[in-house]
Amino acid sequence: MRTGYVVQRILLFFAIMWLAATINFVLPRLATGRDPIREQLIAQSMRGGFMSQSMEVMVQEYRVKFGLDEPLPKQYVNYLWNTIRFDLGKSLTNYPKAVMNLIGEALPWTLGIVSFAIVTSFTLGTILGALIAWPRAPGFLKYTVPFLLTFSAVPFYILGLILIYFFAFQLKWFPIGGGYPIGTVPSFTFGFVTKLVYHAMLPSLSMILASTGGWALGMRGMMVTIQGEDYMNYAEAKGLPDSRIFFGYAVRNAMLPQTTGLALSLGQLIAGAGLVEVVFGYPGIGSLLGQSITQFDYTTIYGIVFFLIVTLGIVLLVLDLLYPLIDPRINYEQA
Amino acid sequence: MKGFLNYVRRNPNLGIGFLMFAILFVFCTIGYFRYDLAKAAYPLAAPANKPPSWQYPLGTDSQGRELYAVIVAGTFLTLRIGVTAGLIGLATGTVLGFIAAYFRGWVDVVIKSLVDILLTIPGLMVLIIIASATKQAMSITLLALIIASLAWMGPTRSIRAQVLSLRERPFLQAARLSGMNSIEIIFLELMPNLLPYLAASLVGSVTGGIFASIGLEAFGLGAMREPTLGMTIYWVIYYSALLKGMWWWAMAPVSVIIIIFVGLFSLGAGLDELANPRTRRVL
Repeated sequence: MRTGYVVQRILLFFAIMWLAATINFVLPRLATGRDPIREQLIAQSMRGGFMSQSMEVMVQEYRVKFGLDEPLPKQYVNYLWNTIRFDLGKSLTNYPKAVMNLIGEALPWTLGIVSFAIVTSFTLGTILGALIAWPRAPGFLKYTVPFLLTFSAVPFYILGLILIYFFAFQLKWFPIGGGYPIGTVPSFTFGFVTKLVYHAMLPSLSMILASTGGWALGMRGMMVTIQGEDYMNYAEAKGLPDSRIFFGYAVRNAMLPQTTGLALSLGQLIAGAGLVEVVFGYPGIGSLLGQSITQFDYTTIYGIVFFLIVTLGIVLLVLDLLYPLIDPRINYEQA
Repeated sequence: MKGFLNYVRRNPNLGIGFLMFAILFVFCTIGYFRYDLAKAAYPLAAPANKPPSWQYPLGTDSQGRELYAVIVAGTFLTLRIGVTAGLIGLATGTVLGFIAAYFRGWVDVVIKSLVDILLTIPGLMVLIIIASATKQAMSITLLALIIASLAWMGPTRSIRAQVLSLRERPFLQAARLSGMNSIEIIFLELMPNLLPYLAASLVGSVTGGIFASIGLEAFGLGAMREPTLGMTIYWVIYYSALLKGMWWWAMAPVSVIIIIFVGLFSLGAGLDELANPRTRRVL
């Protein structure tokens, strides 16, 4: 890999980050007549509590606190500087809790179900795809893929709603929502961890059902191409055992482009996981985002969105830099 | 008609797609004549929480909407959002893709890098920011426009690739040598060859638009008053309908959403085959 490419790729990363931060700064200020602080206080006073005369004072007070009384260019510079240090401001509804802390609390949950879903669907889909392209595999497998592809056309959370109704409400096989049983305290005991896994099953399943078909399809395409290669005929002519040809020659070569697909699907998966969490009441970032939207907690909404864009940007950057090491056929110089 | 049926036999995906939309069309037409949509699809039109019966075929929700009417109105509104966003996205994408691929040079570099940068940002996230900044004034049209603002990158990229491949073909060189100017070449030579391809991309961008609209609405960022499919999902989640055992409330929008997506998916696969018969049959 040439240094030129690495530098270019890292610059692109920073360009994306700057763009995301700027969108985050500019868009809310473009919406005229909006005053999140005032709205927040009005909403709270409707729930009971404040006197309306003292509200103006409070609005002023908060404006100074959030730095909204300074000129725009200064605000912009402050904003960029804070963002670089991952200081995404304080939550409006859970003031004075920092948005970053809220995200930190929710992140492990999301990471848990999303990574479980990605790993499972990727493995299942790849194996399935490899098998249906393999002439000596059982024939009934062919019929599973159109079925799974139908699921892949439907958003995760819609499948989630169906799963909740049948498996949690009717059959009562799985809990109906939440990340752990109400009344228990999170701890690292065996009993609690089994409960965690039990609660994570249905949300992950909805994502797994929807994404397995796509992986199977991609893998099948690659396997079909590879089966025409000379080295495959050669391996067969040498009389290598079937399993060796399958794993060592076909799957191994077909796998690499699959990992490229992994990077492309990440964004979609993360965005899709958000609503799955909302549907299942799972305490991850998606639920936090959903709550912030209903409660008009703008700093948290913008914070979460920015955090997700940055995380995804970093993951893509790392993957892009790793690919040439994984797959020597990728040569960015010629692109 | 006979020719069409024969073609569908070879391309069953297209047939399944049309069938799905035919079912949806019949279902909605019956509902259209049965209900006064401006009333029955909105709160307080019927007694609340009624399971399906002869009088309320798909039941009613907790705010007293008739779900059959909601679905009919919602299908129309949701498709309208998707088609508007998809059309605008495709039109913008086609123009940009054409400009980039036809004129090459620095224009191409600018357009291509812009598309590359924007495609790495998860679109739904940016849409959430835009939609939450304009939440109070949200309407069906605004939602469609917001979604369209990020729907043009995919089409730009694929139309650019397609035009790049077309412009090297012999018939275009012949056209150029015979003295046609750029405009004539674009409209008389390139466009007709792109048409089936455009139809396939349109299905793709409409799917994307509907996907985004339902996603935003389920997050609570839609036009709260309108009975779209996404808003119905939002209310299902908001009122925990399934935990109360009100399966009919979720069933109605969920089934229609599945029919729409599966229909679009098959239609897209079918049109793809029509556009590039040489691509290997998927399954």
